[in-house]
Amino acid sequence: MINKKCTITALTIGLMMGVTAGAAKAKSEKWGAYEVEDRRSGYTYMTDETRIMQDDMLQNPATLWLDRGEGLWTKADGEGKKSCANCHNDAKTAMKGVATKYPVYNEKLGKMENIEQRINRCRTENMKAKEWKWESDDMLGMTIYVKHQSLGMPMNVSIDDKAIPFFEKGKAFYFERRGQLDMACKHCHEDNAGNRARANMLSEGQGNGFPTYRLKWQKPGSLHRRFRGCNNEIRATPLGYGSDEYVNLELYMMWRGRGLPVETPAVRN
Amino acid sequence: MAKDAKPRVRVPANAKKGEVVEIKTLISHVMESGRRKGRDGKLIPRSIINNFECSFNGKKVFESVWHPAISANPYMAFHVRVDESGEFKFKWNDDDGSVYEASSKIAVS
Repeated sequence: MINKKCTITALTIGLMMGVTAGAAKAKSEKWGAYEVEDRRSGYTYMTDETRIMQDDMLQNPATLWLDRGEGLWTKADGEGKKSCANCHNDAKTAMKGVATKYPVYNEKLGKMENIEQRINRCRTENMKAKEWKWESDDMLGMTIYVKHQSLGMPMNVSIDDKAIPFFEKGKAFYFERRGQLDMACKHCHEDNAGNRARANMLSEGQGNGFPTYRLKWQKPGSLHRRFRGCNNEIRATPLGYGSDEYVNLELYMMWRGRGLPVETPAVRN
Repeated sequence: MAKDAKPRVRVPANAKKGEVVEIKTLISHVMESGRRKGRDGKLIPRSIINNFECSFNGKKVFESVWHPAISANPYMAFHVRVDESGEFKFKWNDDDGSVYEASSKIAVS
């Protein structure tokens, strides 16, 4: 209680002095697993109400998609009349930890592959079924279900060996100015995390909760949808879902949030 | 997802006689307000759940009338006092006439 009061006082003084940059990022608050070294999950930038919504698995509306994904896991589809469970058995054990490692390098494709792409490749190659559309409820449901099996596990993507050039490309994208507003990702999410852009609280832009239920969207959405939204907001041309640029950026972002817990499905504003 | 709306409910499995229990419900629904315009510039017709009710052993214990400002995938939590074992029945009424239902039992000692 005393601690909390101190924080509030410190914040008030900080604001009165016109110090805005570090104020909301005060280190005195304890975020537990949601804070690793100098990195904080988007969870810590949300309001209490949004956090409660995420933590209560009944209040969290993304659990509706989680249920959908669970149903799809055992549903046979395509010419092969196979379901995910035919090969992978129980998702609870088979998919545990998967979300912490993606995107991974794929030898055959010669580039990085993220979970959505992996799911669709499984569908076309092994199940002989039709690809799911990127933002379809089925794809979101399955991605949420797969990633949810790693809930709370620290993110840990590999950026060694074959992944190096793709990591460098993703990193370059992150720091490259683009669009009419001539802004890079880092201008909001590194330089101004914790500050407001008009009414919106800027977070560090971590990807550990995706696909995340966004209150603005009124449904869950993929990380690439968020990328497209960000690009649009700085008046740059959004790139395609699953484009090489976005997958490389995803790799850089997952590395950037290393150690943060997987929160899928998170709730954000 | 209006066509395959899926409800989730949470009712405690056990309670003491006379206890006030919290009941939580969630249902998938687009809750289209009827005021948004689509890409073609035309209004997207309204499609919402307009009424939610809960009954316990056949007797209505909670009802709420919903309007277009309710968010998509509506969550509703409320409290009910239970005096006997029985079954809660939940009903969501859609604009298009369809009814989504769920039920859950509670043992009262």
